[in-house]
Amino acid sequence: MTMIEAINDALDVMMGHDPDVVIFGEDVGYFGGVFRATAGLQAKYGKTRVFDTPINECGIIGAAVGMAAYGLRPVPEIQFADYIYPGLDQLISEAARLRYRSAGEFTAPITVRSPFGGGIFGGQTHSQSPEALFTHVSGLKTVIPSTPHDAKGLLIAAIEDNDPVIFFEPKRIYNGPFDGYYDHPSKTWKNHPGGQVPEGYYSIPLGKARTVREGQAMTVLVYGTMVHVAEAVLAEKGVDAEIIDLRTLWPLDIEAVEKSVQKTGKCLVIHEATRTSGFGAELVSLVQERCFYHLEAPVERVTGFDTPYPHSLEWAYFPGPVRIGEAVDRLLNSEA
Amino acid sequence: MVDERPSRAALRGNLPPLALHVPEPRFRPGDRVDYSWLDIPEAGALPRFDEACEARETWPATLGMIRVLDEEHRAVGGWDPRLEPETLRRMLHTMALTRAFDDRMYRGQRQGKTSFYMKCTGEEAISVACAYALAGDDMVFPSYRQQGILIARGFPLVEMVNQIYSNRADRLKGRQLPIMYSARDYGFFTISGNLATQLPQAVGWAMASAIKGDTRIATGFVGEGSSAEGDFHAAMTFAAVYNAPVVLNVVNNQWAISSFSGFAGAERSTFAARAAGYGIAGLRVDGNDALAVYAATRWAANRARANQGPTLIEHFTYRAEGHSTSDDPAAYRSAHEREEWPLGDPVMRLARHLIQLGEWDDARHAAMDREVAEEVKAAAKEAEKNGVLGHGFHHPFHTMFEDVFEELPWNLREQAEQAIRERVTKWPERAGGNDGKGNTGGAA
Repeated sequence: MTMIEAINDALDVMMGHDPDVVIFGEDVGYFGGVFRATAGLQAKYGKTRVFDTPINECGIIGAAVGMAAYGLRPVPEIQFADYIYPGLDQLISEAARLRYRSAGEFTAPITVRSPFGGGIFGGQTHSQSPEALFTHVSGLKTVIPSTPHDAKGLLIAAIEDNDPVIFFEPKRIYNGPFDGYYDHPSKTWKNHPGGQVPEGYYSIPLGKARTVREGQAMTVLVYGTMVHVAEAVLAEKGVDAEIIDLRTLWPLDIEAVEKSVQKTGKCLVIHEATRTSGFGAELVSLVQERCFYHLEAPVERVTGFDTPYPHSLEWAYFPGPVRIGEAVDRLLNSEA
Repeated sequence: MVDERPSRAALRGNLPPLALHVPEPRFRPGDRVDYSWLDIPEAGALPRFDEACEARETWPATLGMIRVLDEEHRAVGGWDPRLEPETLRRMLHTMALTRAFDDRMYRGQRQGKTSFYMKCTGEEAISVACAYALAGDDMVFPSYRQQGILIARGFPLVEMVNQIYSNRADRLKGRQLPIMYSARDYGFFTISGNLATQLPQAVGWAMASAIKGDTRIATGFVGEGSSAEGDFHAAMTFAAVYNAPVVLNVVNNQWAISSFSGFAGAERSTFAARAAGYGIAGLRVDGNDALAVYAATRWAANRARANQGPTLIEHFTYRAEGHSTSDDPAAYRSAHEREEWPLGDPVMRLARHLIQLGEWDDARHAAMDREVAEEVKAAAKEAEKNGVLGHGFHHPFHTMFEDVFEELPWNLREQAEQAIRERVTKWPERAGGNDGKGNTGGAA
């Protein structure tokens, strides 16, 4: 399966599994979504469970909060993560605080799906990675899959979760893994182990990282598209790195992070999002606090630059093989 | 050549310079108030529309005003809901109780028993009559000035005071600013400090009820000031698009803290008139006339319940007191506004109506006032046994970390341990558990 097919399959499974699951958003109904993630679902489950909405993100998230207060399990879609901002007040002030401020009287078991990340010539408003805005909000969970297999299992877990989950889908890898070499032919999920997606229901627990590759030389903390880029660069350089796909950014699998960095003594954090106050800063800080006496080198961060996401200079902006390679070399060459 | 281009002045001829219009209220502190400019239609003037009418047929009601009680306190016209005297007396009692509660809690704040309070003085008819017109299991998405609904639905006053005092019996565990109640069992949605967010939520709740084929409806409230928020537009659009069974209320009390209603658009049109642009039924109501509020709400509720769609109701009223205990209205508006307000006082208007019917008298009214004051006093004293703000009777420290998520994640477990360590350092005498005043230690 592709990641799109896996997401569609997860939605199908949960729609069948729980009559309280409803799906809505811009173009998700009859048309099946601009990325086809909801294709066929309206025909199968009817217009009152899968429907189109006005172009109003505040309304989409606000209505979801009200539906959740009623007792439904809404799975709204925001067409691009870049357009989630008009819904932020409803997400941050409402969905995230509902359980806390009502002492559990009202909850918001909402899963907000949204395509995110760059690498598709999406320019400023079709490429952003705003995950740090959400990891900073107490009461929200942030999940980002990197394979079709994980996408399905994590999405099912997110929908079943009784807390609001931001589910960011790296659109660059909807149809195949991406190793960072934009000038190479596209790959498909067909021959990738992550493209093997079981039929029917299964879930992957939120808050648990996946070790992509065990190794001794350094720990690489990464998620989304950058998992594949990191894997390719480290393989090419022949570095025995331990690559950890965080999968859930928050609540973070702190045990997996600690255990790995304490073993390897070196840590590289990679994300597409801009550098300053990005989620990487939190990871670096946690590693520094919790693994200080094990560290043999400063923790390295490879990220997007602190600029809006550019169009023509996309591949100069994207944290690709060269930028990662330099950081890997610095880590390899440093001595405690 | 830049220099050769004709100047802007030459191009535009003698056009006058543009001028920015910044609204200004008619009266400021010290001004004599004259409301003769206000167009208050006569009671009974507007006909009652069929509940199944087309939304656009309500247009006259969005510009006029539904009023039932006339100058002689008689109920007149097609909107008279013809309530039994006993119902009217219960509504009057609930409104008086709401006012007494506000007065006592305001004093409680001034005495330092809590940090904050907001009265709804002058607006009691809106929340109380609305609650009487709805079914008990219809969900209300209130703003912070609809305490009358909670009281009308029988939520215990002691619980309200516990919340205001953030004491150890506070159902919300001291997490919320006073008056931000939450009472799911009473169909009262958790109040948020962020204005207007509850409006699209009310629509979503109503959509859910429709998705499930339920018969319950939702109602939401905003002030006229927060009707300027984008959420208002979102709510109206979603309500219209999905024909949601919802009643959306704008309480136009003329003031949003220090800003008069002109800053929300009142100089150009009524708030009810906005309904027309969305294709929603709209009603404008004398908000100080409990019978008119009841009639309009019942009309809209029946319409919603019959799948005829949403209604926007503007309640025209006056915020008689300051915005909150942190506000002094003398700094921005004339003190005469309240006494000159042409729609009078909602409690007294309903009382005089009952007197005119021969169903009430001044002696009974005075007795009722004493009785509600006593009831509130008793509730406040009962709640004070659970503590007042800052006097040590609060929920255990670890509860601060609960309910952020369904389960405590590792970072909150660690931070809870830190809070408990800090507590032992600050108050070593209380370490190890109960301090004898009902205040338990962090680990308890």
